[in-house]
Amino acid sequence: MNLWDIALRNLKRRKSKAAFVLVGLTIGVSAVVVFISLAEALTQNINSKLEEYGANILIVPKTENLSMSYGGISLGGVLFEMQEIHEEELAKIGEIANAKNVAAVGPMLLGAIEMGSRKALLAGMDFQVASQLRPWWKFQGSVPDEEGVLAGAEAARVLGLGVGKPVAVNGRSLVVSGILDATGSQDDHILFTRLATAQSILNKEGRISLAEVAALCSGCPIEEMVRQISEIIPGANVMAIKQVVEGRMETLNQFRKASYGLSAIVALVGALVVLVTMMGSVRERTAEIGIFRAIGFRSSHIMKIILLEAGIVSVLAGVLGYLLGLGATKIALLFFVAGSGHAGHGIAVPLDPLLAGAALALAIVLGLAASFYPARVAARLDPCEALRAL
Amino acid sequence: MSYIQVHDLSKQYGHGEAAVLAVRGINFGIASGELIAIMGESGSGKSTLLTVMGALNSPGRGKYWVDKIDVYALGQEERADFRRNYLGFVFQSFHLIPYLTVRENVMLPLTPVNIRKKEKRAMAEEALGRVGLSGKGERLPSQISGGEQERVAIARAVVNKPPILLADEPTGNLDTKNTREMMNLLQELNSDGMTIIMVTHNPECAQYARRILRLSDGLLVEEENIS
Repeated sequence: MNLWDIALRNLKRRKSKAAFVLVGLTIGVSAVVVFISLAEALTQNINSKLEEYGANILIVPKTENLSMSYGGISLGGVLFEMQEIHEEELAKIGEIANAKNVAAVGPMLLGAIEMGSRKALLAGMDFQVASQLRPWWKFQGSVPDEEGVLAGAEAARVLGLGVGKPVAVNGRSLVVSGILDATGSQDDHILFTRLATAQSILNKEGRISLAEVAALCSGCPIEEMVRQISEIIPGANVMAIKQVVEGRMETLNQFRKASYGLSAIVALVGALVVLVTMMGSVRERTAEIGIFRAIGFRSSHIMKIILLEAGIVSVLAGVLGYLLGLGATKIALLFFVAGSGHAGHGIAVPLDPLLAGAALALAIVLGLAASFYPARVAARLDPCEALRAL
Repeated sequence: MSYIQVHDLSKQYGHGEAAVLAVRGINFGIASGELIAIMGESGSGKSTLLTVMGALNSPGRGKYWVDKIDVYALGQEERADFRRNYLGFVFQSFHLIPYLTVRENVMLPLTPVNIRKKEKRAMAEEALGRVGLSGKGERLPSQISGGEQERVAIARAVVNKPPILLADEPTGNLDTKNTREMMNLLQELNSDGMTIIMVTHNPECAQYARRILRLSDGLLVEEENIS
């Protein structure tokens, strides 16, 4: 028989009170778990969706020339006839500290070409990563092979190109494999072909004009990645497309802040439920506490009993709250992403030991903090007054 | 100085016009191993005196020593330790904890004591044996009779072998047969050297004492030695 036994016995005896405290704390903890899990899951979801907006880092050669614009995005010193980056240098991106955050690297060679009496811009690119870097592209026909070319909508109109028709580029005969739907960007004015084909036509084997990088930004400081890439490709000017990156982070941060605020409110309500219930429990047990004190229990022993009871329920509430929160998150995700064309169950809500530990710690801290005042009241009961309640 | 010494003890409840002086300047001493009965009408101050002697109720004036310890000079927690080490309580209505078994009720005063569970259990069994309740340790208080509950209360009071037992109307809720058994048990404990101070209305019970202290209106009006 020790204080632990008394606490356990009392919990068993006052099951409804214990259950009330358990429910109050569990709801508080599970709400916090839901909000945090939801924020994390949606962060990942938003991240993956934002990847669909394409590249967020540009690698261009260092130049003394004035910058030009590419689709409204600063391209540094890209000129049609200027120095290029060596293609093999891009492989070094896989060695940077944040390499795991790199979703795709798209090299591009730009050059002016002659098509009969007209001049046009030819872009050689890696079509395997085009779907990640330009997910908005839609086109008639197919992706070009070594002898094919994909024409921008405006270029096709001006040059009178059609799918399957031959086209002479710098004297080399290619076939139009596809025509892009209008994008409203500079892509509409360009002819796209495979990187190797463009390098061959432009006589720039192994060289590229720029590279686009799609970085996963969750937990990766984009500026840090820019610095890392700059270090390994010293001849290049590496730039973050800040609007996209900052927009992403701002959206996520605001969602997080709202989640934390709501979590704090629900947790506070849970703590109040514990406080009120424990106060009621202490009042009910005045006589019992009087007996304990009369037979030699110290005030600290009484406090320990009350806090042990709260601690036991809190641990249980922490475990239940975490599991319940995970379940509720999965259900909530179905509603949150239902309208976005994604199935909610497609977003993973993994068992997070850190969050589980935090939920447990939160339950214990809330339970003990909310029970501290009732425990203090119990410990300070005048034993003589308490015995009079008998 | 006697083993227990009460000097000029007064206890007042309330203030101003509503003030009630429950105990007024009482003086007496009790030797170790005595069996004392405190008698008096309702409202004479005997229960207040017992709570003061139980280190539960600070007197407004006066001194109370036990074994040369100035009890009310102790801090709250030290006074709790004093109660645990020196006093056993038997309350009028037994006041057993209903959700604990008989054995666990008896073990209660040992709960804060840092000894092994097995040892606590053995001490509880010994105390239960002493009051004739061996084999009933697993029952709940609601599963035994009133007389047995009173004996459990005594077992709880003596389990840690305190030198002093304070009993408030220990036979108040018992029939004649159980009252006699109870008094025999107290006498037996007293013969083993335990100092017993008992508040009672019952003159028959008082006859088991060596000395009777009579209170009236908060004053000690008579001390009677029983031969």
